[in-house]
Amino acid sequence: MREGYEVVYKRPKSLIETRMHYCPGCFHGTVHKLLMEVLDEMEIVEKTIGVCPVGCSVFAYDYMNVDMQEAAHGRAAAVATAISRLHPDKYVFSYQGDGDLAAIGTAETIHACNRGENIVFIFINNGIYGMTGGQMAPTTLKGQITTTSPHGRDPINAGMPLKMSEIVSGFDGVAYVERVSCNTAGNARKTKKALEKAMKISEQKIGTSFIEVISNCPSGWKCTPVQSLDWIKDEQIPYFPLGVIKEPGK
Amino acid sequence: MAAKGYVEISVECCKGCGLCVVSCPVKCLEIKKTDTNSFGLHYSFQAEDKCIACKNCAIVCPDACITVYKKTV
Ligand SMILES: Cc1ncc(C[n+]2csc(CCOP(=O)(O)OP(=O)(O)O)c2C)c(N)n1
Ligand code: SF4
Ligand code: SF4
Ligand code: SF4
Ligand SMILES: [Mg+2]
Repeated sequence: MREGYEVVYKRPKSLIETRMHYCPGCFHGTVHKLLMEVLDEMEIVEKTIGVCPVGCSVFAYDYMNVDMQEAAHGRAAAVATAISRLHPDKYVFSYQGDGDLAAIGTAETIHACNRGENIVFIFINNGIYGMTGGQMAPTTLKGQITTTSPHGRDPINAGMPLKMSEIVSGFDGVAYVERVSCNTAGNARKTKKALEKAMKISEQKIGTSFIEVISNCPSGWKCTPVQSLDWIKDEQIPYFPLGVIKEPGK
Repeated sequence: MAAKGYVEISVECCKGCGLCVVSCPVKCLEIKKTDTNSFGLHYSFQAEDKCIACKNCAIVCPDACITVYKKTV
């Protein structure tokens, strides 16, 4: 270190010192890092149990130094329900992609939210099935080209992109819903704040929290990481507006 | 006068995505196009000594490669 300087930011302790397998610029890494910062700062690493999905973040347990359970594709909400009920004193989060949470796992997600399970959902909406090679997801935008929508998503046969945050915010069991992104430093800071708020709500045991992170998939979108930031700003955010959708007491 | 801050970026950890470069308000980061790390990837480095220790780059880095230092006085 240079003389007369101090460290003001470093890699969070609970993000395991290893190389994550994600493609360059992929927000999965950003969200893992922000979540570990929150758990470290709240000093709740030992009291937290995570569930990871099938999708690119299938190995999330190799990166977060937290007790974790892998779930079958789409079933994370059901697994997290069991963990939360058996360990009511723990902070339970379920980290899932859009193919996992909003396609194959729609039923589990909706019912867990409707029951108001004490789970913090971290929903990585990158509008695509990243892991399997960039197929259309329920969240793929109208007109967006993917390997299974080569002429662009056509709402006539695929419907419009699913707004999961708006759907789950309608359930009495859900306490807190916010849509965030990591496309700018300011938005990444808000993502961290939202994760922290969700963990605090979990402590109060007043219902489900649902944080939707508008994310990227440079490989599946066939663009550079920097270009993916423009797509988020110009295409995704206008359809999936950021901000608090529901919060306790409101 | 010494700069308000500076950053250290792990060469081996960096994937050269460039997200830190575009997040920097004073434009002091660059991708080293003439060299690669052991994974064959270009990496980011601080090219100019004018960092203001705002932490933007470190917050957006998906691979948590960046340490930010700030002048104490
Ligand atoms: C039961 C089952 N059906 C299908 C698959 C194939 N599969 C693996 S990951 C995935 C979708 C991943 O997309 P998403 O959840 O959006 O995660 P991402 O990779 O985009 O983060 C699918 C369909 C599987 N592994 N298991
Ligand atoms: S395929 Fe997409 S979601 Fe998966 S690691 Fe690469 S960029 Fe991220
Ligand atoms: S801390 Fe801020 S000023 Fe310094 S390199 Fe990073 S983004 Fe630029
Ligand atoms: S954001 Fe991180 S991984 Fe991407 S170029 Fe900058 S230091 Fe490297
Ligand atoms: Mg996805």
